[in-house]
Amino acid sequence: MTFQNFLNAFLFVLAAFAFQTSITGINRKVMARLQKRRGPRWYQQFLDIFKALSKSSISHGWVYDFGVIMALGGIMATVIFIPVADFRAFPNTDNIFIISYVLAVGMLGMAMSASGSGNPWASIGVGRALTNMLAYEVPFMVVVVTMIFGFKTASVGEIAGIQQGLGIFGWNLFRMPLGAIVGFISLQGMLGKKPFDSFIAPAEIASGPMVEYGGKHLGMLFILHDLSTFIEVSLIVNLFLGGGATFLEFGIKYFVVYTLANLVSGISPRFKIDQAVVFYYKFPLLASIVQGFIVIFTGWGVTKWL
Amino acid sequence: MAIGDKVELSSWEKLGNFFRGRSVWMMWYCTGCGAIEMPPTMTSRFDMERLGMGPMATPRQADILLVTGYLSVKTLRRVIYSYEQMQDPKYIIAFGACAVNGGIYFDSYSTINKLDDYLPVDMYIAGCMPRPEAIMNAFNDLQEKIRNNEVDGWKRYKKNYDQYKKNQLKAVGEVYVHDEFHE
Repeated sequence: MTFQNFLNAFLFVLAAFAFQTSITGINRKVMARLQKRRGPRWYQQFLDIFKALSKSSISHGWVYDFGVIMALGGIMATVIFIPVADFRAFPNTDNIFIISYVLAVGMLGMAMSASGSGNPWASIGVGRALTNMLAYEVPFMVVVVTMIFGFKTASVGEIAGIQQGLGIFGWNLFRMPLGAIVGFISLQGMLGKKPFDSFIAPAEIASGPMVEYGGKHLGMLFILHDLSTFIEVSLIVNLFLGGGATFLEFGIKYFVVYTLANLVSGISPRFKIDQAVVFYYKFPLLASIVQGFIVIFTGWGVTKWL
Repeated sequence: MAIGDKVELSSWEKLGNFFRGRSVWMMWYCTGCGAIEMPPTMTSRFDMERLGMGPMATPRQADILLVTGYLSVKTLRRVIYSYEQMQDPKYIIAFGACAVNGGIYFDSYSTINKLDDYLPVDMYIAGCMPRPEAIMNAFNDLQEKIRNNEVDGWKRYKKNYDQYKKNQLKAVGEVYVHDEFHE
C-alpha cells in the first residue's frame, strides 16, 4: 500500500459522489417526464446538497451528531472497496463479505443517529428500514452465496471478470436468470424505491429517519444517500451485468440499471412494511433457493455454459 | 443598522446565497383555504420543481414557511413553534389576503389580522385566492432577493425578538416551546 493508493481512494470517493449525484439529477428529470412535467435542471441535486450544507444546524445530543458522521464515514469506506472496470483503490479488497460488513457500519450509524434525535417518527422509520433490510437481504444473500459457490471466489471484481468475454450471454443475467430477477427486486428494496419505500413515507411518517435532520446534517445525509446508492447499484452491475471492461461501459450499465429502478418506482404503489416482508419471503426467497439448487446440482450456468 | 442597509458579505456568505437562491424547500402550513392551490403548483400543470422549489416534510428540512390563508389564534401558536424549529436562514411567505391583513376575517374575535406582527414576513402574495402563477412568481422573486442578499427576516426576528414576543404573548396568552420528545 502506497500513498498513491490512498490518493486513489480519496479521488474515487469524490468521483463516485459527483457521478451518482449527476445521475440522480438526470433521473429527477426522467421522473418528471414520466409525470408529464419538465423537471429541474440536471445539476439541481448539487445545488440542493450544497444549499443544505450552507445552512445552520441543530444538535440533539452526542449520539445524533456522532451517528451521522459514523454513517457517512462507514459509507465512504465502503465505496473504496467497490471495483469499477479494472480500477481498484486497494488491490484484493473487493470481497463481497468486506463490502457487506462495512456497509452495515453506515446503516447502523444512520439508525443510531436517527434514534438519537428522540423523535417517534424517526424511531418508526428506523424500525421499518431495518425490517426492510432483513427482508431483502435474505434472498439477495442466497443468490450471492450461490454465485460464490459456483465461481469459487468471493471477490466482486473476479465475479465480474468471469462474466466478460462471451458478449452479453456471459452475464449472470443469462447464466442465472432467476437469481438476477431476485437481485433486481432486492435492488428496489436496497435503494428504498417504491414499492419498498414505506420507511421514508413523507406524508405518513414525515420522511421517517430524516424527520429531525436539518441544515448541515441533512446535507451529509444526502451525500450518504448518494454514496450508498452508488454502492448498491455498482454491486448489481458487477454481479449480474458483468461489470465493465471500461469506465464508459460500466457507466452506461449503471445508468440503465438505476433509471430502470426509478421508472419502476415511478409507476408503483407502496407496500406496507409487513406486506414487503411477506413479499420478499415468498417469490424472491423461493426463486433464489431454486437458483441455488440448479447451480449446485446441475452446474447449469457455471460449469455447463456455452 | 437600519433594515435594508447593504452589508458587505464575506465570499463564504456570497457562496451560500448563490446556493440558497437557487434551491428553496418549503413547508406549507395550510390550515386555511389556500391549500387547494398547492397541488396544481407542484404537479404537472405548473411544475414548481423545474425552478428549484420543492415541498419538504418537516420544518427542520425546510427553508420557507408558506402560510396560506387565515390564521386563527390557536393555529398561530403552531406556526410559531414550526418557525422556531426551522434552521437559519429561514423565510416566510404570507399567502392570500387573510395572512396579509385579515382579509374577510378582518377584526374577527378568533383570527389574527396581520402575520407580520408576530413573525417576520419576507414576501407577500396578495389575492383571494392567488393563482399558482402568483405563487411561482413570488418564489422566483424571493430567490432573486436571496441571491442579492435583500432578505433579512430571520435576522430581524432575532434583533427585534422582544417586540415579536410581546405581540405573540398578547395574541396567544403564552408561548412555551415544548420539547415534547425529551419530556
